[in-house]
Amino acid sequence: MSDPRVFRSDVENQWCPGCPNHAILAALEQALTSLGVAPHEVCLVSGIGQAAKLPHYLRANVFNGLHGRAVPAAIGIHVAHPGVRTIVTSGDGDLYGEGGNHLLHAFRRNPDITVVVHNNQIYALTKGQASPTTPRGERTRLQFGGVESDPVRMLATAIVHGCTFVARGFTGDRDELAGILRRAITHRGLSLVEVVQPCITWSNHSIDWYRERIVPLGADHEPGDRHRAIAEALRGPEELVVGVLYERPSQRTFAASFRERVGNQPLAELEATAVDALKERLAALRVEG
Amino acid sequence: MERCALVIAGAAGEGIQTIGDIVARCFLRQGYPVFATSEFESRIRGGNSCVRLRVTDAPQNAPISAADVLLAVNPQAHSHFRRHLRRGGVVIAEEPIAGDGARVVNVPFHDLAMEHGGARIYANAVAAGALCGIVGLPFANLEAILRHTFAGRGAETIDANTVSAKAGYSVALEQSADRPAVDLPARANRYAFASAHEVIPIAAAAAGCRFIAAYPMSPSTGIITAFARHPEWNVFAEQAEDEIAAINMALGASAAGARAMTATSGGGFALMAEGISLAGMIETPVVVVVAQRPGPATGLPTRTAQEDLLFVLRAGHGEFPRAVLAPSDPQSAIDATVRAFDLADRYQIPVILLTDQFLADSRFSLDRLALPETIPGVRFADPDAINTYARYRHTESGVSPRLYIGQSRHPVVLDSDEHTEEGHITEDLDAVRPKMVAKRLEKTRRLRREMAQPFAQGIADAELVLVGWGSTRGAIDEAVARLRDEGRRVGSLHFTELWPLPEFELPPGPRYVTVEGNATGQLAQLLAAARGHVLDGTISRVDGLPVDAHTILKELE
Repeated sequence: MSDPRVFRSDVENQWCPGCPNHAILAALEQALTSLGVAPHEVCLVSGIGQAAKLPHYLRANVFNGLHGRAVPAAIGIHVAHPGVRTIVTSGDGDLYGEGGNHLLHAFRRNPDITVVVHNNQIYALTKGQASPTTPRGERTRLQFGGVESDPVRMLATAIVHGCTFVARGFTGDRDELAGILRRAITHRGLSLVEVVQPCITWSNHSIDWYRERIVPLGADHEPGDRHRAIAEALRGPEELVVGVLYERPSQRTFAASFRERVGNQPLAELEATAVDALKERLAALRVEG
Repeated sequence: MERCALVIAGAAGEGIQTIGDIVARCFLRQGYPVFATSEFESRIRGGNSCVRLRVTDAPQNAPISAADVLLAVNPQAHSHFRRHLRRGGVVIAEEPIAGDGARVVNVPFHDLAMEHGGARIYANAVAAGALCGIVGLPFANLEAILRHTFAGRGAETIDANTVSAKAGYSVALEQSADRPAVDLPARANRYAFASAHEVIPIAAAAAGCRFIAAYPMSPSTGIITAFARHPEWNVFAEQAEDEIAAINMALGASAAGARAMTATSGGGFALMAEGISLAGMIETPVVVVVAQRPGPATGLPTRTAQEDLLFVLRAGHGEFPRAVLAPSDPQSAIDATVRAFDLADRYQIPVILLTDQFLADSRFSLDRLALPETIPGVRFADPDAINTYARYRHTESGVSPRLYIGQSRHPVVLDSDEHTEEGHITEDLDAVRPKMVAKRLEKTRRLRREMAQPFAQGIADAELVLVGWGSTRGAIDEAVARLRDEGRRVGSLHFTELWPLPEFELPPGPRYVTVEGNATGQLAQLLAAARGHVLDGTISRVDGLPVDAHTILKELE
């Protein structure tokens, strides 16, 4: 347990007053504090959007990169410095839309990072267009006649592609969310946490409307049961199942064979490639008689 | 002096690269430098491919198309490439064919392979033997090279190759007994034989590169492949899902302390453009190899061009510092690679290493190939000397003390938004934004002062100066030498460091003409726009083949 104040940032918060993003921020701070890690041992990675501003509001390492590109940046950070807990925290438009392909391949790679998706089912910062998770039929400030595509079901996709920790949280229950985030951060391998985060500005529905649709996983849910987890992830959109849907130990994490060879130190501290060996390699290009 | 020029032609998948490599090494073993170029189509099997070998007394690393000997692995290869054969040249072919004035030497590659080696796959050894026989290389050279080439495959393979090669060698000798071979007395000279892309990964590893992510794209793929092949270099190599991921992974790794790079071609670099802009904004070093091929769009994927100079110079939205280096041969590529990592690190910028298919796939013969005496390592600030860390602290030079993510107790904050010195998002348009713009651009101003001058030769008395950049160096040097032999007062000016363009003088008097592998004279445009030097024209080659002396001389006629 670390002092909760160590993560406090004095950067002015730009979110709407009352936005459920504040709950995600608080839950993440709670999770990090409970883990007893220091700010310099954490790296928050984000893309662009309202959610992607979260890293500025906690004191930690920050890589606030490009829209949709948080996941590849996080993979690079993790490979270069596995000692840092790398946590992606960005919106559904960023991670599922612009960056969807990266996420798909991240599941396959299974790097030891955590991906927190603030899912407000809308593009908020650009003022109310459909996101990849907006339910079919919802009218938006761009899809005036209603969305004509089905929403992305990334949690099921994650399980199908070998992701070993898949959960959904709800901003209406901050303690439970903090607990899920804590489990996700300590999980070895990629952990995906989608957080139901109703948009209080652009959503057609109230927070209560969302609350009525939240379905906690039953006490009998077995997170190790892949088929059951996929079935739970596919429920909805009228039901939003909350809890750890799927969890099993990772067989193998990204860069494992490299790390088995060179050890776990940051790449910056890795012993330099033997220049003599490289000189020999150059010398071998000479064709001798 | 020219000794001989050979074309080994066939379809993709017929092993002409192997034949070319083996025969080139036989010449090198005899003490002669070889310049080897490859032309191939974007396909796995079939088509018209060739390897050209140019054998000279002193290294002459410039392409030529004319040949004394054409080894046609199949009849189609003969009809496609025979126009390159010099008068009195020799064709080596499997079947009797009309030589059109050339002497035809028939070598039943496959029959001899079956008879002597016991399998058709030894036809390439037969062909290599025939070629060595025709030019008069000692068989002992071939025997040694085959033993070396197939060292890992066991004695049986070596023996089968050797007897097959001997059969081809003997048949060729019999058929050319009445005719002198090329004069190739053994010499003690020895040369390094390599392509620029073969040595870039070695130089990068020596420069302390620790991370590469790349998406396969011709002609750049050899770079990441080399790192994958040499895990003992301790460079982490990852095939990314696309070029966007590749550059963002590299930037993440760099931010967390690893010297990082990626490699691609023009189309992939187009996808990276936003990432290049990100590197400029977050002031994070990264080295990007851009191996050019003809565009637009997919263009000619396996051919060469110099069409992306202005693109790499301008790619990325907004205004930010970068460096562009364009090496001209393997040694220049080694030096440029080491320098790219150093500049990227010292200025905290993206550095582009601009090569092309010609540099990727041509093997040069050089007297020596060496790493620079000193290789500057990565520099980070001393965290203990810092009280409160601000990643973008204003300094006179515009370069802020850099700590990497997780290096110390100081959190490091990087932001693609306009940011404060601490790295936090801001919209302070008065106090913050103008100073941050000035900070970033101050780095360009300082960087410009240390960019290398163009390499000038024979300018003093010149009436004509050929101005080039990157891979055209050998062709321009050859053209200048031939024109000087004819008594023409011609000089050359060659750029390998293109951005920020250094301050340089163009003495008045001569005509200045750029020589470029593009249609629009991109270097000429750059010199006019950046330095106000309006030149007198451009000699272009745009057919996907490398600029050669012949192209230049023909244009000047």
